[in-house]
Amino acid sequence: MTQTITLTINGKKRSDTVEPRMLLIHYLREVAGLTGPHIACETSLCGACTVHVDGKAIKSCSMFAVQADGRNVLTIEGLAADGKLDPMQEAFWNEHALQCGFCTPGMIMTAKQIVERNPKPTEEEIRHGLEGNLCRCTGYQHIVNAVKAAAAKA
Amino acid sequence: MIAENFEYSAPTKLDDALRQLSNEDTKVLAGGMSLIPLMKLRLAAPGQLVDIGRIADLNFIHEEGGTLRIGATTTHYQVENSPLVRSRCPLLAEAASHIGDLQVRNMGTIGGSIAHADPAADYPASLLALEARVALVTAKSKREIPIADFFVDTFTTALEPGEIVHAVVVPVEDQSTGTSYQKVLQPASGFAIVGVAARIRKSGGKIAMARVGVTGLSGKPFRATQVEKALEGAAGSPSEIQKAAALVSDGVDANSDLHASADYRKHLARVYTMRALAIALSRTA
Amino acid sequence: MATTITKSDTLVGKRIRRREDPRLITGTATYVDDIQMPGMHHAVIVRSPHGAARIKRINIKKAQELPGVAAVFIGKDTEKVGPVPCGASLPGLRVPHHHILAIDRVYFVGHPVAVVVATDRYIARDAADLVEVDWEPLPTVTDPEKALAPGAAAVHPEWPDNTAFTYHQEGGDVDKAFAQADVVVKQRITSQRLIPSAMETRGVVAEWHTGDRALTLHSSTQIPHLLRTILAQMLGLEENRLRVVTPEVGGGFGSKLNVYAEEALMGFVAMKIGKPIKWIESRRENFTCTIQGRGHVDYYEVAAKRDGTILGIKLKLIQDLGAYHQLLTPAIPTLSVLMMPGIYNCQNIRADIVGVFTNAVPTDAYRGAGRPEATHGIERMVDILAAELKMDPADIRFKNFVSNDAFPYATATGLTYDSGNYAAPLVKAMDMVSYKKLRQEQAQARTDGRFLGIGISTYGEICALGPSPATPAGGWESATVKIEPSGKVTVMTGASPHGQGEETTFAQIAADELGVGIDDVLVVHGDTAIVQYGIGTFGSRATAVGGAAMYYAIQELKEKIKKYGAMLLESDNVSFANGACVDNKTGKSVPLAQIAAASYRAMKLPPNTEPGLVATYFWEPPNFTFPFGAHIVVTEVDRETGAIALKRYVAVDDCGKIINPLIVDGQVHGGVVQGLGQALWEQAVYDDTGQLITGEFMDYALPKASNIPWLETGHTETPSPVNPLGVKGVGEAGTIGCSPAVVNSVVDALSPLGVRHIDMPMTPEKIWNLVQAGGKA
Repeated sequence: MTQTITLTINGKKRSDTVEPRMLLIHYLREVAGLTGPHIACETSLCGACTVHVDGKAIKSCSMFAVQADGRNVLTIEGLAADGKLDPMQEAFWNEHALQCGFCTPGMIMTAKQIVERNPKPTEEEIRHGLEGNLCRCTGYQHIVNAVKAAAAKA
Repeated sequence: MIAENFEYSAPTKLDDALRQLSNEDTKVLAGGMSLIPLMKLRLAAPGQLVDIGRIADLNFIHEEGGTLRIGATTTHYQVENSPLVRSRCPLLAEAASHIGDLQVRNMGTIGGSIAHADPAADYPASLLALEARVALVTAKSKREIPIADFFVDTFTTALEPGEIVHAVVVPVEDQSTGTSYQKVLQPASGFAIVGVAARIRKSGGKIAMARVGVTGLSGKPFRATQVEKALEGAAGSPSEIQKAAALVSDGVDANSDLHASADYRKHLARVYTMRALAIALSRTA
Repeated sequence: MATTITKSDTLVGKRIRRREDPRLITGTATYVDDIQMPGMHHAVIVRSPHGAARIKRINIKKAQELPGVAAVFIGKDTEKVGPVPCGASLPGLRVPHHHILAIDRVYFVGHPVAVVVATDRYIARDAADLVEVDWEPLPTVTDPEKALAPGAAAVHPEWPDNTAFTYHQEGGDVDKAFAQADVVVKQRITSQRLIPSAMETRGVVAEWHTGDRALTLHSSTQIPHLLRTILAQMLGLEENRLRVVTPEVGGGFGSKLNVYAEEALMGFVAMKIGKPIKWIESRRENFTCTIQGRGHVDYYEVAAKRDGTILGIKLKLIQDLGAYHQLLTPAIPTLSVLMMPGIYNCQNIRADIVGVFTNAVPTDAYRGAGRPEATHGIERMVDILAAELKMDPADIRFKNFVSNDAFPYATATGLTYDSGNYAAPLVKAMDMVSYKKLRQEQAQARTDGRFLGIGISTYGEICALGPSPATPAGGWESATVKIEPSGKVTVMTGASPHGQGEETTFAQIAADELGVGIDDVLVVHGDTAIVQYGIGTFGSRATAVGGAAMYYAIQELKEKIKKYGAMLLESDNVSFANGACVDNKTGKSVPLAQIAAASYRAMKLPPNTEPGLVATYFWEPPNFTFPFGAHIVVTEVDRETGAIALKRYVAVDDCGKIINPLIVDGQVHGGVVQGLGQALWEQAVYDDTGQLITGEFMDYALPKASNIPWLETGHTETPSPVNPLGVKGVGEAGTIGCSPAVVNSVVDALSPLGVRHIDMPMTPEKIWNLVQAGGKA
């Protein structure tokens, strides 16, 4: 009961044989060795596992790896090109938008999508956009600041 | 967090998918936003999944003969942001914007949502108020049924074995109609404790048409026809709206859980019906 | 927004962006679940589905036979492992034997009964379903007050009264105070059970090195060294052959200030199978098996004079302990008693605690640990008293604050408050909200039939835990500071930060003290093989105790640096400043890097001086520190639905000297939002059979970005005399100050209906019911 999948992750193509039940998050973390996306719940509510698949932010704990066959996956590890941080990463750093950092990779991937779709989001739009990402440390305010700051620079 | 094992296929042609649905133990996978969490908790363990996410012919939004036809795998994000839906059926776009969260709206589909028939889902209230129809298809046949007949009970639909949702068909809204979807969020899950969709059309200073769909209140979503009847012919004064809205919970066997008792849910339904109607009325031309 | 640093700036006091962040924002940090080892196996734990049951039989055969399963262990296999320890001691405390796997009886839903070990986590999960347990369910009790009633189910059959301990504390003359009072107000106040909900669940990777008879255990913990000491005892290992590593830790909030059965269990499994083993807690397990917070039922009585002067406080405190004691379980309510007078000058107190066993996971330290409960109690009671006396809640507070000239101030509970200016934050917060104008707006709103509320809390808390005699395991902290031959500085702290930012704040302090750049300093923590013994991070102690230890280590080094400087400059009069030794007569100088190199090269040594520049300091604090502050919250209640809108939130905190305002704001925001969670949404709800109804994020409502208001923060700075940095601590302040301010605000909103108290969480339905009943609950 295994299947071979071929997909592009952070610009690199790879092929693996997986059980259909393997979740994309487990595939990324344990097969592809990309441990940036995290697992923090099992009910698709926390968003710590958020990655982009074909340009859309999705929860990789709620997608089987086989569903990503042939698709383009972007994880937190794919953001900093040649050591230069993505503006959203830079903004999270400047604004102290993280404490323990566990939710951060998912938070940044969602934040990027918010700004991609709405280059000048209001505070309310940012908060609405972040509904699917839980953070227990920051109280979200500095995250909101970071999204605003990244949007202002874009 | 780990599902039981299953066989998986992802046909690209609708006919191929339909042929694979003969087995009792087979489930259709669309966006997976309802099914995959259940599988991870081992509350669902299908032997085979047929992923319809790669069937291009199921992802569409067309305008056709006074209706919008929305393909089963159209995501909530697509519905929310489709210029066609926003102009021709704004209520549905508004409802889509309330579903889950950004990531869920990117993956979740209209067909998957209604086929799951969660009694607290957002779409059904609007689809009922819109008197939508559901186009269903099997390997051998096609049919179209009213949405009210599609929802049979909690997590139960009129889908026959081997049958899938092909499209949701909603009427193109008359430009003078005012609509609104108002929702009380369950604070943890984001589902609707109560969600009310309202449509109102006025003619000659009177309410010519009122439609009210309700989700979250009971075991299945329903159309509040008693509210609708009370409004038709009325001028739409606040007191008329309040009186009509008060009928929404009458005779309803309301859900009761940690987040809202039956009495409170019924009360919220009355208040939110009133609010949804008032906003819809304010949006009439 | 962080500040850009130029070399000549002092770093302390600046908004410097964190040095730990680059690895976290790029997804390259290593948390426990990110560790991969050759041959690593995976464990899944089989747990009780019952709140109480006898285990009649366990059949593991089918699980063992599944291909890929390496081993299955049950309770009797692990009998030789020592019990999960309780570190708190109270007179007459009843301590149930807490075995790492249940043997013949389970006491709460989630109680571990077996562990399945397989080559991958998918197989381990499948095999766990194949373990068959024959249960005989037993009666349960989950409500602590019901547990105390005659005829209640006995959680532990040997103690049918379900009472683990009683504890009495008294100061002053309470009876006299009450006899003299013009007014006495009474109220039952609860502080519900909460799920700490660190975003990273617990996890362990254990590796047994057979040849060395040594165990390396990676755990997501706040206390690596204490964990090592205790695990070595439990597993019968020599302590120096057990290495505990805390990799990146994804939040703790007290829930990882513990020693858990699973940590010992993974050590046991690793030693049995001779392969590395990984266990990662599922979120469901985190809800049911990781400690929970709060769980108080408090009965308060406050006696006062007609002018609002508080004369005495009585408290009967019922603490829901759960089925066992975890590390500090019974000690937490005693912290509440210590802080029961708050920041008010009241010298007559009496407290009686009853610690109650229930069929639920143990309670223990959760953000604030005892102080939020105490603050919630006194701050609610002060408002109730103000309402009774028709006084403004701000005025009654000003009247009762310990005055500025009273410090150090001895409390009736035996503490000595270090320093304070309790009126200052309240004045500032009132200014920020334009209090007078706000009250006028409220009067108008009431005329319009709106429920607008203004809530104040002025809190004090106890931080920098703490002097050793007052703690179960030592309250000091350690630091080793090494100036490497190149002049680079390495700080090893015994604290174990997991999000609080000490890799940055400690570097700020060290760089200022040594006159080097912040990039020249590296702060290392969380590995018992590298770092000297330490206590850990909890109780807002890391900077106030660990930072002070580092400060003193640096002072020792400075003396040595000056000796080398004097030798190199051939002077007997040198000083050390801005990273160089200067000859005070000639003005000639020698930089730190050159001094460091000379100290290691050791061609020549100053008199009575060893080579190298390394100092270790264990600092014992002479007292706790006592931060304080004032929060003001404006709410409006929707009359029709009972929904509460948070219209404004102002927090003015005084945490002593501020090292990094950016980080302090972050701590306050996070703390406040956890307080909002308790006030409005969060609650661990058990049914009578011990099932946790709110057992997932689907039902347990964590605050989300979309349902919290903008937080306006302000600060006053009253240095602590307890430590040389003047710092007090800020990790828990926001949480402690928040919940009473929110409840006071909503009670104020509904006060026209005669509402006097509302228990948390203040759900819309609860509020709606109150409004329907015209204020009568």
